[in-house]
Amino acid sequence: MHTLRRHFLLFGATAALLAVLTQCKGGSSDTILVGEFASLTGKEATFGVSSHEGTLLAIEEINAAGGVLGKPIKLITEDDQSKAGEPANVVNKLISKDGVIAILGEVASSRSLEAAPIAQQSGIPMISPASTNPKVTEVGDYIFRVCFIDPFQGTVMANFATNTLKAKKVAVFTDVKSDYSKGLAQFFKEGIKKLGGEIVAELDFNGGDKDFKGQLTAIKSANPDAVFIPGYYTDVALIAIQAKQLGLTIPLLGGDGWESQTLVDIGKDAVEGHYFSTHYSTEAGSPKALAFIEAYKKRFNNKVPDAMAALGYDSAYFLVDGITRAGTTDGPALRDALAATKEFEAVTGKMAINEKRDAVKAAVILQVKDGKFKFLETVAP
Amino acid sequence: MDWFLQQSVNGLALGSIYALIALGYTMVYGVLRFINFAHADILMLGAYAAFFLAPVVHPIIPLPSFTGAIVIMALSAAICAIIGIVIELLAYRPLRNRPRLTVLITAIGVSLFIEFTCQHEAVFGAATRAFPPLMPAADFKLGNIIISSNDIVVVVTTILLLFALWFIVQRTRIGTAMRAVSFNQQAASLMGINISRIISFTFALGSALAAIAGILYAMRAPGIEPLMGMQPGIRAFVAAVLGGIGNLPGAAIGGLIIGLLETFAGGTPGLSNYRDGIAFAILILILLFKPAGILGKATVEKV
Repeated sequence: MHTLRRHFLLFGATAALLAVLTQCKGGSSDTILVGEFASLTGKEATFGVSSHEGTLLAIEEINAAGGVLGKPIKLITEDDQSKAGEPANVVNKLISKDGVIAILGEVASSRSLEAAPIAQQSGIPMISPASTNPKVTEVGDYIFRVCFIDPFQGTVMANFATNTLKAKKVAVFTDVKSDYSKGLAQFFKEGIKKLGGEIVAELDFNGGDKDFKGQLTAIKSANPDAVFIPGYYTDVALIAIQAKQLGLTIPLLGGDGWESQTLVDIGKDAVEGHYFSTHYSTEAGSPKALAFIEAYKKRFNNKVPDAMAALGYDSAYFLVDGITRAGTTDGPALRDALAATKEFEAVTGKMAINEKRDAVKAAVILQVKDGKFKFLETVAP
Repeated sequence: MDWFLQQSVNGLALGSIYALIALGYTMVYGVLRFINFAHADILMLGAYAAFFLAPVVHPIIPLPSFTGAIVIMALSAAICAIIGIVIELLAYRPLRNRPRLTVLITAIGVSLFIEFTCQHEAVFGAATRAFPPLMPAADFKLGNIIISSNDIVVVVTTILLLFALWFIVQRTRIGTAMRAVSFNQQAASLMGINISRIISFTFALGSALAAIAGILYAMRAPGIEPLMGMQPGIRAFVAAVLGGIGNLPGAAIGGLIIGLLETFAGGTPGLSNYRDGIAFAILILILLFKPAGILGKATVEKV
């Protein structure tokens, strides 16, 4: 009862603030304000920029088609610089100062986890495009995502290592600074053990480290058939280079944190031939995906959209789909409509929202080949 | 056994980098008696200088080549030497007669200022950039031990620079003046030494060292970003204290110890999580039991 009242109070306060603000701006109540927070600069900048561009493209398309509920959408974007602490600041600002009706973001699980309690407390739906850590949506019933979660991704890679690569002994190299990495590593290990494989070495690094030779030498001496490195692209590129220098020639495996042109730019031939799972591939697309790829290339200088761009795009359409079905932008009604999504045609495949507010959808496995990401297989949930 | 030898090689190469950075800390401390925390950021600026110089030098001297790398290192060192002089002029010189603590705090401020200015989109931006290969690289095999040519370059450069520095400090007129300034500033100035010139020279030398260390660091891990100096900077600082701050061979030995410890800790399952903590545990232990460091003596003449 108490929390309910606080809820209403907060909601009332937000609504009042929104009213004041819209009055100030003089008639801007004709637009629907949507907030976005992303890592536009910093360590994971290529992810943030991609998802932001996808989101931006979607919003532009939606507005060109007449907006939603007869009103255009105004996207307010904030940069959290890939830094801990920053998401709380910018999301607070988006909600209390700008008065947005929903929040889109973040790619990184650690930063989504920071913003989620704020959105939850304010009764503002938050949709993460690409945070795969299960804990993100556990924060509360206002938090959604349009991507699959780590248990699925970790398990997919465990299956791939065992069945396709025939790896019996694997090593795991985890970024202890990242919730994403730890989550993926845990489910990979469980998957491998379930399939009768053996974890021969478990080592850690800190995201941002530059020297990994100590750990890699230990991994090498454990003699594994493959190494799972659920990190982000910058670290992974440096790890791959040093692994190659140490003569560690076995396959390296990872998750969607690998997918960035920077991985190849820094890693060059050291990342060749390695595998990772991700959300979609431009080579295995539906008509909807092909249309998206065309539109994105046209809008952003012929750049090929990566998975983060596709997910950013999906997150905006997912929100608009919810608003259309709810017929309103009120937090609780919008939340219910989003939670009731059963068949949403996303660029990254058909998806449904389950009772934990996670997207249920397929994953793809890619291999780095000639500096490009080559599609290998699709894995259904 | 292979494991142990390979880890020793890894640790020595990493330690040499720390040693090289520590030389800069220890030299500035020797003359001015304060820690120039901006040293680690000059290291980053050195790497960026090389990053921007590489495409300029490439049409004249094709990269990767040793000549090209040496030219780029020399130019970057010169650029950073000037930056070092400017920093001293603007930030430290006005505080020369203030308490040491004021200067120390200013140094931290300068460091943060450089880091966050460089993170701005209009400067370098915060995203990691791929560092171009400057030197031809090869990996040598000794049985099962693999030594990369970059690591050899790092070790050799560190040794050469250590000797060059020792020569400058012990055998040249300006080195004698530096030692005099470090011994007693007032007395040195009464003897007709231009203190400001000596301090500028010290900063130029320290910053040039940092630039070379930055380039070598970027060559080992070819991804550079504006905060890349923080981690090696703090390790090198610990190395300088460990060896006895103000003492040149001490800095080199300290760097090697930290590099070896970090590598062995990192390569031990279960301990790899704590490798960052180890450097600081050492710092605390040294301060507790031998505050002057391994080679430091309380009354030694320092530079």
